[in-house]
Amino acid sequence: MSDYESYLKGSPLEVQVISRRFRIPNITSIDVFLAHDGYKALAKALKMKPEEVINEVKNSGLRGRGGAGFNTGMKWSFVPRQSPKPKYVACNADESEPGTCKDRPLMEYDPHQLLEGIAIAGYAIGSHQGYIYIRGEYRYLMDILDRAIAEAYARGYLGKNILGSGFDFDIATHTGAGAYECGEETALLNSLEGFRGNPRVKPPFPAVVGVYGCPTVVNNVETLSNVPAIILNGADWYAKLGTPKNGGTRLFCLSGHINRPGVYELPMGFPLRRMIEEVGGGIPGGKKLKAVIPGGSSCPVLTADEIDVAMDFDSVAKIGSMLGSGGVVMIDEDTCMVKMALRIMKFYAHESCGWCIPCREGTSWLEALLERFHSGAGLATDADTALDVSYNMLGKTLCPLGDAAALPTISIVKKFRGEFEEHLKLGACPYERKAVAVA
Amino acid sequence: MGFRGQKIEMISDALKSKFDQVIAHYPSKRSAIVPLLVFGQDEIGHVSGELVEEIARRVEVRPIEVEETIGFYSMLHRRPIGKHNFQVCTNVSCMLRGAEEIMAHCERRLGIGHKQTTADGLFSLEEVECLGACCGAPAMQVNYDFYENLTPEKVDALIARLKKGGA
Ligand SMILES: Cc1cc2nc3c(=O)[nH]c(=O)nc-3n(C[C@H](O)[C@H](O)[C@H](O)COP(=O)(O)O)c2cc1C
Ligand code: FES
Repeated sequence: MSDYESYLKGSPLEVQVISRRFRIPNITSIDVFLAHDGYKALAKALKMKPEEVINEVKNSGLRGRGGAGFNTGMKWSFVPRQSPKPKYVACNADESEPGTCKDRPLMEYDPHQLLEGIAIAGYAIGSHQGYIYIRGEYRYLMDILDRAIAEAYARGYLGKNILGSGFDFDIATHTGAGAYECGEETALLNSLEGFRGNPRVKPPFPAVVGVYGCPTVVNNVETLSNVPAIILNGADWYAKLGTPKNGGTRLFCLSGHINRPGVYELPMGFPLRRMIEEVGGGIPGGKKLKAVIPGGSSCPVLTADEIDVAMDFDSVAKIGSMLGSGGVVMIDEDTCMVKMALRIMKFYAHESCGWCIPCREGTSWLEALLERFHSGAGLATDADTALDVSYNMLGKTLCPLGDAAALPTISIVKKFRGEFEEHLKLGACPYERKAVAVA
Repeated sequence: MGFRGQKIEMISDALKSKFDQVIAHYPSKRSAIVPLLVFGQDEIGHVSGELVEEIARRVEVRPIEVEETIGFYSMLHRRPIGKHNFQVCTNVSCMLRGAEEIMAHCERRLGIGHKQTTADGLFSLEEVECLGACCGAPAMQVNYDFYENLTPEKVDALIARLKKGGA
């Protein structure tokens, strides 16, 4: 179980839509859920035409919360409904982007909301089967979801002829077993079929050729958890919570050097500076902020001068980074950015599935280079070599894991070049020397 | 019947019925490979040769195909590991809040390093990637249980409890 306190500290600045039931005792039980508008959206959706459901979601401006930020209703509309093949909904609960821990409370504190969202997605695309692909480490959440699924069947919200509508829908959980790459949608599909989690060539996209060669919608846990509120309250209401083309709210996970780490639901477009200072309570020890990872470790880092940005997909893209998965990591002035780059690269080198050579080789070369550089044994050419290798990974792989490794590296080398020079000059990490001097 | 006609005895009836249930979720039996490996490992402690054989038979593939899949997933162990597997996250959010000290502390207290097991088979230690517990950093998992906002003192208390046979 989670250490509840550490995730849900709460803030008066929150706008709670998908987290509105998190603090209700026993909300994981279906009776309590039903007493708080539970499954009302499903009942409403089943009286609408599937195309109407898709349009409502499209017009709400809901964009994928898994990282890429694609319009969800649009994605659903790509499923060829007339196809005689079965269609599938795959809920991506692989949550493994470093800095990201927001699907966890969604499944822990409101599992039925997610099931309701998946069932509505299934109805909209003409599917009869949903899978929740959940990372292996989240076993206790799988147990929570399995119990919720059993309850939903027992009450007729899943299974045959749901609420007398004639719509049949099944959901099953599916455990992963430790592999970041399986969060990538096509690798997820391979893993779901019982294979190694290597990515597939796109196109065709999963909406057309997905699991078992059938049309499949892959959506993140948070994305699907938003669907019931959209159906209940309408697209306009949802869209207005956020900024143009960025509907609704988002769960932001504030972590790293921040006084009040936690998961907070804030409107799309919420200013990053206020997120850090007012929601997160600033940087511990009165220290200065040095950098921010705005949406999980795959995103280019922002410097302390770049935090006057609205946290929506388009505004963050405009300043050269990404809103990503909602993992906002604060980094204070005493942190070595070369070490940050190294730790991030170590992760991608470990997680590269090895399928595409630029990613497999690039990540391990960069890890070795950064390791050597951070130890003080770097060469004057290393920073440029790191950039060169990174640029040669960008866009050259089947899935974006190669980009995810290259982008933060490029940003750190470019924005914190001075720290590289210092390592070179000193022949050691200046931050570790400082730590020794203080101790 | 298992490998070279050996009888499979280590797989309990409860696990067998769980296997049947899981396989029924999919139009293709092969889909159940990873879940069956995980549930099997939970009961047996590691992915044994017998388990591979049993799963291959049930999902109707050759054992080598199960082996191929296993190699991809870091949570699957082909050899027995300690009863309590300490998995310390040292990824960015945890690193910024002292994960390296936690890892070093575990190494000292348990007397083992990354991917090692104590001689008595009680503990294993592993440095792992982000566990999805970044807001409770530094964090670790012991088997499936999360421990967050760690301090060296909390680690000591946990080790003492586990040594006494606590869960
Ligand atoms: C290497 C890699 C890892 C990913 N991991 C996740 C993940 O853990 N969870 C997730 O929802 N999306 C992840 N994604 C994004 C998915 O590929 C996909 O875009 C997403 O699940 C689509 O759902 P959405 O439209 O609701 O965001 C990952 C992508 C890449 C390239
Ligand atoms: S970085 Fe340690 S749990 Fe996410």
